Amino acid sequence: MKILVCISKTPDTTAKIAFTDNNTKFAEAGVQFILNPYDEWYALVRAIELKEANPSTVLHLINVGGTDSDPIIRKALALGGDEAIRVNSASHDDFYIATQIAEVAKQNNYDLIFTGKETIDYNGSSIGGMVAELLELPYISLATKFTLEGNVATVEREIEGGEETDVVTLPAVVSCQKGMAEQRIPNMRGIMGARTKPLKVVEPVQADTFTETASFELPPAKAGVKLVPADQPEELVRLLHEEAKVI
Amino acid sequence: MVLIFLDQAEGHIKKNSFEAACYGVKLAENLNTSAEGIVLGTVTDDLAALGKYGLKKIHTLKNEVLNNFDDQVFAHIIAEVAKSADAKVIIFSNNFNGKAVAPRLSVRLKAGLVSGAVALPDTTNGFVTKKSVFSGKAFATIAIKTDIKIISLNANAYKATKGEGTAEVVALNIEIPASKVTVKEVNKVAGEIPLSEAELVVSGGRGLKGPENWAIVTDLAKALGAATACSRPVSDSDWRPHHEHVGQTGLTIAPNLYFAIGISGAIQHLAGVNRSKTIVVINKDPEAPFFKAADYGIVGDAFEVVPKITEAVKKLKGIS
Repeated sequence: MKILVCISKTPDTTAKIAFTDNNTKFAEAGVQFILNPYDEWYALVRAIELKEANPSTVLHLINVGGTDSDPIIRKALALGGDEAIRVNSASHDDFYIATQIAEVAKQNNYDLIFTGKETIDYNGSSIGGMVAELLELPYISLATKFTLEGNVATVEREIEGGEETDVVTLPAVVSCQKGMAEQRIPNMRGIMGARTKPLKVVEPVQADTFTETASFELPPAKAGVKLVPADQPEELVRLLHEEAKVI
Repeated sequence: MVLIFLDQAEGHIKKNSFEAACYGVKLAENLNTSAEGIVLGTVTDDLAALGKYGLKKIHTLKNEVLNNFDDQVFAHIIAEVAKSADAKVIIFSNNFNGKAVAPRLSVRLKAGLVSGAVALPDTTNGFVTKKSVFSGKAFATIAIKTDIKIISLNANAYKATKGEGTAEVVALNIEIPASKVTVKEVNKVAGEIPLSEAELVVSGGRGLKGPENWAIVTDLAKALGAATACSRPVSDSDWRPHHEHVGQTGLTIAPNLYFAIGISGAIQHLAGVNRSKTIVVINKDPEAPFFKAADYGIVGDAFEVVPKITEAVKKLKGIS
């Protein structure tokens, strides 16, 4: 069994969101970058569990990014990957990134490719589907549970107001969300071991970009909370009806 | 032509698909072209009546196999229709199925995708669409550079409006490829408003102290016709089902009204709800961070305040 987990670098959940260069770039100064939580907590940890259940499993990690991705790649290796591949590119275009991942995947014949459900910065949720299409593989999106018997996977995915259980024969691509696994903290042995695990850097293949980020903006600031005295709940209902017009 | 994918479940078009339809119709108007819809599976709704939303034509493939969603099969059929009907823009709702099929179609048609759009594209100079980024904390405007464009629209980002009209219904003659995914089971809570589609949401947090106290939340939701939600500690403690969890790791929602009861407003929770149009916070702690993100608030004991709000809502709506 060979598994590939796609990992991204994102600003920390609590990072202050601001922009520079005439609102065309995210202001990185002073921002702590982390391994995208969905990639880490759900995709990677579930893949590690599969490897623990079947130790002959080979677990690779892939990141499309610059050298500034190396700390989060080392963290992922500390949690449990065998080897990481970084495609040396700073592109943010989904199709370009998916093409790079698919290219590496083609050379290594993975049985299973995991992604997080989305990154917490661009919130695109599209890399998994694009990689699946490029490799002509089935894709299960937004999975909450994943079990494996031989090469047949049973996957639960979220749908409007409920869940669906799908059965798919590997190879397949799966995007992972809450429910797949529980967050882990890397231990000292993992952190020490990660230093000597291979981190291969490869140059990107030629690929198109379909989109370009023109600018960013922050939402208009809230006017401030209008407090209603606790003994006048009917006043709140009146405001929601007449002023906010939502009920 | 602008092609809109109208997603269905159990024979009915989903609510967010009407929003996508109206968004696509308005975009078509701006581009001086027409808007057409595509419906897959055995839908029992009157498809010609979708003309009321401004759609001129509905392409449909009524086959039971398509009642089970498979993004690979759906991408194949939508791509065929897009090619033969010469679609320049394809619109999806950014729902669970939209998130699975739109990226595939992007690759198949070499069409740039903007997922999570919150407004109509600016087509005066290129094709630039505003989308939500950084988990609702900012917006980005994204230019699509390809000939064909794909947009998936966030729930509640565009209002569906009905007028008059009848759409021409065209049965598709496309061979359905074999699915590589078998749907074994579908579990849905019957009779509930799906949280991802809801316009009004009442949510409870740890401040409610235990699952036995949830009646104040469900009563208010019932009076409002709202869906119910909860914070992460609540679903982690199994006080409420996991599909109700909104926040960074749960569902991201943007209803017209989000009513937060006994939720302090941690940044991870706000990430899931901060795009809501109106936020009401009921909390006994005046220092609760959620008040900073709220439009209206009451500092008080939820167990005393909320039943009174429910009564006032019932009075307003004439429910006795």
